[in-house]
Amino acid sequence: MMMRRKMVLRVVSKLLIPFILLFALYVQWHGDFGPGGGFQAGVIFASAFVLYGLIYGLGTLREALPSWVTRLVLSLGVLLYSGVGVVCLLLGGNFLDYDVLAHDPLHGQHYGIVLVEFGVGLTVFAGIITIFCAFAGRAAADVNPTDEEQVTGGAGDD
Amino acid sequence: MNIEIITSDLLNVATLVIMGITGLAIARIRNLFAVVMLSGIYSLMGATLYVILDAVDVAFTEAAVGAGASTVLMIGTLALTSDREKATPNTRAIKGLFVCTLIFAALVYGSVDMPLYGDPAAPIHNHVAPRYLGESMGEIGLPNVVTSVLASYRGYDTMGETFVIFTAAVGVLTLIGRARRKKGGKDGGRGS
Repeated sequence: MMMRRKMVLRVVSKLLIPFILLFALYVQWHGDFGPGGGFQAGVIFASAFVLYGLIYGLGTLREALPSWVTRLVLSLGVLLYSGVGVVCLLLGGNFLDYDVLAHDPLHGQHYGIVLVEFGVGLTVFAGIITIFCAFAGRAAADVNPTDEEQVTGGAGDD
Repeated sequence: MNIEIITSDLLNVATLVIMGITGLAIARIRNLFAVVMLSGIYSLMGATLYVILDAVDVAFTEAAVGAGASTVLMIGTLALTSDREKATPNTRAIKGLFVCTLIFAALVYGSVDMPLYGDPAAPIHNHVAPRYLGESMGEIGLPNVVTSVLASYRGYDTMGETFVIFTAAVGVLTLIGRARRKKGGKDGGRGS
């Protein structure tokens, strides 16, 4: 709301956000070959949304990413991680022993690691967004009590 | 002497000096907005130090979380509270100085026992590290050993960490996420 007139910030952030998202995806899927992995990718992916929320307001962010989506993704991440472990159990291995995921143990390890890292990325991404929105939602409601109706309806609920 | 070693030493010292100055400034300044910005700079310097120490993965995380995410969250917190720090009475400052000196002495005493930096006989280089470095290419097949250790050899730990983040987010949601609901009332069906 405060940033509505900051033309430079709005234009620059719109230019930057796609590249931040792309870089996050690179870090996510390239973590087994270079530095990075699910944790860093989740934070970078979330930072693009945080930037969007800072510039365009929490309500706009919540239109793009409703609170039920973040809550779903938050739990999907841990479910995916532990699910891979359970699948390993069902296939006859130990918990989180990816060797059994494919015929070749090396391929199994690779599949397991990619899936597990994706789970970490999902949870970290949703976690950062959730915490950011919780704090920012309260701040907006406190700073601008007359706006409360709008804040509660649009964004303050998560 | 080897030019590379000298440059890296210079970078080390410069980074540590900047970190020290930033730390002192954080302790002195009463404007909390400036303190948040300085702590971001401190994290960025920390990340630089990790790069010099060849711990690129850690540096990556430090830059993303320490300098990025936590700075934003701290500013969010400042919006909820005040951005001025209250002056502490001098007697408390002296007690604090005493405690800090004590802890500093204990840490220095503890660091005497630590192996020298880069010592090849240090336990860290002779426990499981040689096995990870030697065998992981055949067992896991990933060029980045850090990922192999994190996601496969130490898969349980990483799962625990993921659950910690999950718990943190759920905790924040429970504590402050829905506090505004009571007044509105008409918002019931939304968002779930």
